[in-house]
Parts: sequence; structure tokens; C-alpha cells
Amino acid sequence: MSPEALAAQQRIDPTQVVGWGVDADPANNPTYPMRDISKDSKGGLDWPRPALQPETVEVLRSTEHNRRTAVFGTSTPPSGVSGALRRQAFKSSEGKWSHWLILLAADRINVVEGVAADLLAGRVPNIPAEMGIKSEVAHNMPGLIRKVAVTGAVLTLAYALVRSRQGDGRRHPAPPTPR
Amino acid sequence: MLAMDYRGPYRVRAEQKPMPEILHPEDAIVRVTRSCICGSDLHLYHGMVPDTRIGMTFGHEFTGIVVEVGSEVRNLAVGDHVIVPFNIACGKCHFCQQGLFGNCHESNSQATAVGGIFGYSHTAGGYDGGQAEYVRVPYADVGPTKIPAGMDLDDAVLLTDVVPTGYQAAEMGGIQRGDTVVVFGAGPVGIMAARCAWLFGAGRVIVIDHLEYRLDFARQYGPAEVYNFRSIEDPVYFLKKITDSLGADVCIDAVGGDAAGSALHTLLGTKLKLEAGAATALHWAINSVKKGGIVSIVGVYGPTGNLVPIGNVVNKGITIRANQASVKRLLPRLIEHVQAGRINPKALITHKVPLEEVSDAYHIFSAKLDGCIKPVLVPSSINVA
Repeated sequence: MSPEALAAQQRIDPTQVVGWGVDADPANNPTYPMRDISKDSKGGLDWPRPALQPETVEVLRSTEHNRRTAVFGTSTPPSGVSGALRRQAFKSSEGKWSHWLILLAADRINVVEGVAADLLAGRVPNIPAEMGIKSEVAHNMPGLIRKVAVTGAVLTLAYALVRSRQGDGRRHPAPPTPR
Repeated sequence: MLAMDYRGPYRVRAEQKPMPEILHPEDAIVRVTRSCICGSDLHLYHGMVPDTRIGMTFGHEFTGIVVEVGSEVRNLAVGDHVIVPFNIACGKCHFCQQGLFGNCHESNSQATAVGGIFGYSHTAGGYDGGQAEYVRVPYADVGPTKIPAGMDLDDAVLLTDVVPTGYQAAEMGGIQRGDTVVVFGAGPVGIMAARCAWLFGAGRVIVIDHLEYRLDFARQYGPAEVYNFRSIEDPVYFLKKITDSLGADVCIDAVGGDAAGSALHTLLGTKLKLEAGAATALHWAINSVKKGGIVSIVGVYGPTGNLVPIGNVVNKGITIRANQASVKRLLPRLIEHVQAGRINPKALITHKVPLEEVSDAYHIFSAKLDGCIKPVLVPSSINVA
């Protein structure tokens, strides 16, 4: 049964409820700006709609919307693996954590897709420049040196650990198989 | 045209992109004259907002000159120089009719939890933003407002978001004459909220942050009492002690999900993304406000969930008010305040950067380098006055 049909079955007529509205006070309303009841729509989505923007690109729609909005953005339609994940995410409502976590995962995959797209277009992305290294040099040289030193130390340590494990393997050969 | 191009967390570049086109009869195309980087753009830049796609152009704080209008646009003409509110609003729906222009129901197909916002991920509608030479502006008759004659362009561009958001933070606080107001966050919005608190009659304004240069600015600009939470150890205890143990009448969260100050929130919210951002400032606000007080939230959080002491909200009888600023509704009053000299928005601008150098502008703002409070991008084709 649809949510609408279920609600129609259970709906209560407020005028049949004893005491309905006797303490209603429109001034006791903590909304901001204070809700003007006279401006409420009378039947849900009943306002005069703007013209509808033609759908020239794929636009994902929240399951909580009964209809596509009159206008929408056309930036970066879903594509590739990340796009498939995004379509999957939009099968669940905004109330589900999975909806958002899948979208975050798609965002991370999209980063790899972006680098791949650059390379396929014959362009090696200048990642340090994209991360603003020029301003880091100009305004935070000590910080940059510290980051480079820490990164270098971590990489050196990791390399030394790997080499040491390989060395352990050489120093401690497997015991001879008993006959 | 040249435009900012998002490439992944902490990576953006300037890129040639196609010119925007009229896609709807109520659209306009605007040639951008100023475009700010907002503190909430940093949430996108840090990879915290779901559905932020590679190749998108950010930017929701911009002014520009109308160069083309759709067939149904009546109030704007080619050549008009306009303030463009960051909200995309139809003006007709249930929410716009209530003055909730930040909650329009006809501008964001991807989510019902937020209205359309320029350049703010597909969670906010998938619109390319104004950190570009040109931008498409939907519902051009509703949001854009002509810049009043004689108004400085640097004042005008801050009326798109920073001033209305700071003002609404104070207004949502329901500040009464003599109230003590605590603002968490000395970024541009927090500084503006502190300034605006006085307009509502605050008796005492306190700003909490951890960046000394920003606290120094807030002390002068607010003016405000300022405290560095790194040096007071426990901000909640400290604030209770300096407010006769009762707490503040109003607390404003002007930080949002990028907050510092709590290892737990930073780990869960910023690093692991298990919270919708680090809710440190909100946590402090709830615990620092007086019983029966008001917490006003304008800091931006993600759509999932946050670890905050909701039991204390109940037991203390706190009223929470929050929203994206309703820029269009507030603009007439705020223009009056600027023209009367009560608010000086352009004083917040510390950096004017050519659009070509967008990567460095983002890094300077994100890493809080060079005393940065508010960076503004200017296309090189625009004469910077």
C-alpha cells in the first residue's frame, strides 16, 4: 500500500475531535520568520508553477520530491562508475544514511575518474599547483618544509620497514622439511 | 570563458569552459564582476559535502552585469549591475511565499532538505556557480537586486551572503536589549553576526575562536570581547564563569562542520565523516546558553547526523533556530544599514585575487595564511577599482 493510501485510511477529521482548536494561538509560533498561515498553500503543491526547464541532461531526483523542480542545474551530469553509484544512492530517501554515504563514496571515485580523464586528454594534472603550492611557498615556507620533512620521514620509515622484513626473510630461511 | 574547476578535495584550478546559456525563460546570464570564496565553500573544498562532482564550478557570492535575459524576465535588463543572492528561489512556492527564500521547493530536484544554491554541489541543485567570468542565474526576476547608485562594489558583493547570514544569525537569536550574546567562530559570518548583535540591542557580545588574528579583527570590528578557546581550556566552563554562572542569553553557531577544538568531533566529523562535520561549536553553544535561551545556527553542516547533547536542549528548555539566510527578504534593510554606515562590509575583504589564481586563493583561505579573512576573486577582464 502506498504511503498516501495508508494515510487516507487513517486520517482523522479534526472537527470531530472534542475541544479541537480551543487553545490555538497564532502568535505562539517560534518559526523564523513567523509563519503566516494565510499564505500557506491550501492543497500541498498547489502554487502556480513556473515554466518547466527542458531536461537536456540527466538530473537525479530525490525520492522525497513528487515531481522534478521547475528549474535545475545542468553542471556535471552523472557519468562512469561514480555516476552508477549516484543513481543507486538516489533510489533511497534523504533520510537514509546510505543515501549520503554512497554519494560520498561516489565523490571519491569521481576524483580518480577526473585524473584518468585528464590523462586520457593528454594532460598530466599539476596537483601541487591545484593545491595552491605557490601560496604555501609565499606564506608558509616553514610549514611546507615541515610537511615535506614529515612526509619524507614517513616514507623513509615505511621503506626501511619493508626492506627489513625482506632482510628478515633472507636471514631466517624456512626450516628444512623433515624427512 | 574562464571558470573555477573542482578536481577533488583540496584541488581546484582555473579552466576554460563553455559559456552558460539561457535554459529557462526566467534565466539571465550575468558577467561576474566580483565573486567571493565563502567559508562554506571550504566544506566543499575539503570534500565534506556529498555529491560534489569533479568539474563543477563553485561560487555563491557574486555580483555581475546582466548580459542576456530570457523571454519571461521583466524586472532586469541587459546592462543592469546586480547583487545575486546565493539562494535560487522561484518566489511562488509554499516556502518562498513565507519569505523562506533559502528553502524554495522549485529549485533543487536532488534534495528536499535544502533549496537551490549556486555552485554548491548537486545536493544543492547542481548549478554551476559564480567563480567564473559568466554564470547562469535562474529566476532572474526574483533574487537579483540592482546595486544602488553609489554603493561600493566590494560592499555589494558581501550583501549576497556574509552580511545577510550574519544578520539573520543575530535576528534568529531573538536578541533583546541588554542580552549577552556569544558568537562561536570569528570567520566573516561570525564577525558580522557580532556586529549585527549590537543592532538588536545586545548588552554584551563575546566571540570565541582559536585564531588570534581573527579575534583581533573581531575585537575591533564587532566590537566584541574575544577569547581564544585554546587558552581558556574549557569554553563552556569559562563562559558560565563570566556570565554569573547562568550562561548567555543567546549563542550563535557561526562555524559549522569545519570546527576545531574537540579531538572527538574532529575525528568523527572531519576525518572519518561519521558525523556530518565536527559539531564542536554547536555542542558548546547548547551547553553555554542559559536555560530557556536561544541557540541560533547558521554554520553549515552536512545532511547526515551529528553528535550533540540533545538531552540538554530538552532539559534546559532551549529554543533552536536555524536556516540558510533568506537574502532577498533581508536585502532592503541591509542596504539601508550599509548606506547609513552602520555596517561596513568591505572592511572584511583582505585579499583580492585574479580568477586565474583560484587555486592559491582557496589554499590561503583554507590554511588561514597571510591574515586572510575574506578573499574575493576578480576576473582579469574586470577593472579592479
